[in-house]
Amino acid sequence: MDPNLLKKLNIERAARRACAVVTDLSDGRDRLVKQAGSDVIQGPLGNAIQAALRSGKSSIFDTEGRRFFINAHVPALRIVVIGAVHISQALAQIAKAVDYTIDIVDPRTAFATPERFPGVDVYAQWPEDYLAAHPLDTYTALVAVSHDPKIDDAPLIEALYANCLYVGALGSRKTHSKRVERLAEAGILQEKISRISSPIGLDIAAASPAEIAVAIMAEIIQVLRLRDGA
Amino acid sequence: MDMLDPLIHAERWMLEGKEVVIATVVKTWGSAPRPVGSHLVICEDGTFEGSVSGGCVEGAVIEEASEVMKSGEPKMLEFGVADETAWRVGLSCGGRIEVYLERVG
Repeated sequence: MDPNLLKKLNIERAARRACAVVTDLSDGRDRLVKQAGSDVIQGPLGNAIQAALRSGKSSIFDTEGRRFFINAHVPALRIVVIGAVHISQALAQIAKAVDYTIDIVDPRTAFATPERFPGVDVYAQWPEDYLAAHPLDTYTALVAVSHDPKIDDAPLIEALYANCLYVGALGSRKTHSKRVERLAEAGILQEKISRISSPIGLDIAAASPAEIAVAIMAEIIQVLRLRDGA
Repeated sequence: MDMLDPLIHAERWMLEGKEVVIATVVKTWGSAPRPVGSHLVICEDGTFEGSVSGGCVEGAVIEEASEVMKSGEPKMLEFGVADETAWRVGLSCGGRIEVYLERVG
């Protein structure tokens, strides 16, 4: 591997930008291809690279008598939870068990305490301030469970614009239809609003906060793995 | 990125002026413990980070890495239970993997 490539690769990964290392296995020459880069490769190899970047799946690709290895480096899933509530406490522990990064955000300092969320990053600030420092991306799942429109709505809108992998919001059908009205009034297109998963989580008839957290995590895993083409 | 990230270690060793070999799982058949794209990185001082299997073939990969470190020539290794070396370095899970070794620089 080219030393310069290794440096550039680590920069892209640290910045949570998808990229691929393409190695010609016949002579060992390699290059870095960024998802939104200007150095787009044309033809079947280029298409295979783009597919690998979308799915996050690495593989060998044979073309024109040459054998390439495409190593897709896509950012790990990050979960941002708006609302440091009971469900979030359970979700934080489940996220740790399945090895996903999780951030808890809630401006209510009585809720957002490190004692309530051991081993997890907790941000006792308004979502707008948190998001300014930690922008959302397509490899992030946003879970809004504060149950307060003042806290939930702004990050939900931002998640829809950032095309987050998953956008879920807690609430009954009645609560959600009111939310849909508010977002529509704010000028959000219906097709974007319909991406919000609500009632949140897979339908496993979850009742307790921990069960709802399981349903939410199951839904996030489903969306993530279906994106991978599993 | 955390201290378990092999490519971060590889870059650090490289910047310290050490020889580094990167081993990458490029193909798997059947049940393989680590997915395609996984890295094991080996430093000239014998340190290593990451994994290409559940620990079954790492020793053999590290051994081969010293040769790649000297020659600079990339190398493809294949491991599986069908190998005659199965009892030594085979994959107990019954899978088969192909590992690509290359020197940095």
